Amino acid sequence: MCPVPSSLALEPFLHTLQVHGLKLARERTTTLQVNVGLLCNQSCLHCHLLAGPGRAEKMSADTAEAVIAYARRSRFETVDITGGAPELNPNLVRLIEGFSAPYRRLMFRTNLSALNDGTREYLFDLLKIHRVVVVASFPSLNEAQADSQRGKGAFLSAISALKKLNAIGYGLEGSGLEINLVSNPAGAFLPASQKEMEKRFRQILKQRFGIVFNHLFTFANMPLGRFRRWLVRSGNLEAYLSRLASTFNPCAVDGLMCKTLVSVSWDGYLYDCDFNLSRDLPLGGQKVHVSEMKGRPQPGSPIAVAEHCYTCTAGAGFT
Amino acid sequence: MGTYYNPEDLPKFPDIGQEVPELAQKFFDYYNAVFAEGALTAREKALIALAVAHTVQCPYCIDAFTQSCLEKGSNVAEMTEAIHVVTAIRGGASLVHGVQMRNVAQKLSM
Repeated sequence: MCPVPSSLALEPFLHTLQVHGLKLARERTTTLQVNVGLLCNQSCLHCHLLAGPGRAEKMSADTAEAVIAYARRSRFETVDITGGAPELNPNLVRLIEGFSAPYRRLMFRTNLSALNDGTREYLFDLLKIHRVVVVASFPSLNEAQADSQRGKGAFLSAISALKKLNAIGYGLEGSGLEINLVSNPAGAFLPASQKEMEKRFRQILKQRFGIVFNHLFTFANMPLGRFRRWLVRSGNLEAYLSRLASTFNPCAVDGLMCKTLVSVSWDGYLYDCDFNLSRDLPLGGQKVHVSEMKGRPQPGSPIAVAEHCYTCTAGAGFT
Repeated sequence: MGTYYNPEDLPKFPDIGQEVPELAQKFFDYYNAVFAEGALTAREKALIALAVAHTVQCPYCIDAFTQSCLEKGSNVAEMTEAIHVVTAIRGGASLVHGVQMRNVAQKLSM
């Protein structure tokens, strides 16, 4: 395995914030993001968590109950289930049922291929019953480009899953069932304009496959985990980090998701975001278990930052 | 000078304005206006630029507009097709001059 440099000579992110007269502090936390584990059926090259089939980390039944209880006592408006592939966690049904509440927007992130592996047809119905918002990875309209990032067959499996979701009402006007796509670049470059990409994806998916969706979000790849290793191996790390830092957009800071989100790991510890989880930079600088949290993190409390935060402030930003 | 083309030279392009700055300013203003979203999208303009870059064989432009095309959402298949378009025109431009060759040859031949 090639050595992975921990840092290059970038201006510290905190200093860049200060230069622009900005401060990154927590506002009212509305979203609980729940990472149910690193086990995944894919080993995507862009994954900031090194998730894959060989990973054993997964949220236990006890931790799942502790996280459900935390979501209930804090009455988070949004709960966002992610992984790894959340489908591979044996407690997923309990988590969806436990988080489901009339006042809450429940989101479920999927790579689509795990959902559509032929063994989880019940999940399609469960998502529909609880009106879960599906957030599906769909990096590219080009099969070769998508498969190069996510593994052979990923593109066609995603197309098939999207058709199934459409067939049960997801993405259809008036159904109240929402499906959003997430596209990230297939390499060491920034994402395209979200507005333009959404327009193209909508037109081409409808035209070629008859697929509809609600929204498309474009995100830059985080220079952490497997993606960082690929950046090093391909000789792109320095140029990519420079690109992120040189496109720092002070206006993006205001809308950063870490101001209103708290992320809980598969073992029940809290972080400002899933990327800080990957770097093991805990909320408030020390590991606190979800069972010890009385409520939401306090507004005004500082957010842990590092070099990777340049990804969320590059260009239009990652909000 | 180890090589005529050096990737580190590309970011120095604005330095050309250190001499005759008013002309450089006019050029860069025009350049930026050309690539702004218009009747053509910025993605379409980047694809045209990439294709032309191959025709004028400018390594700086190929480097810059490959990245630009990717960041505007084009994929390698689309970028390759764009290059084929200019290749066809470039090759066709040579071939169509064969008509002149034929005209001359016919005039000179019995």
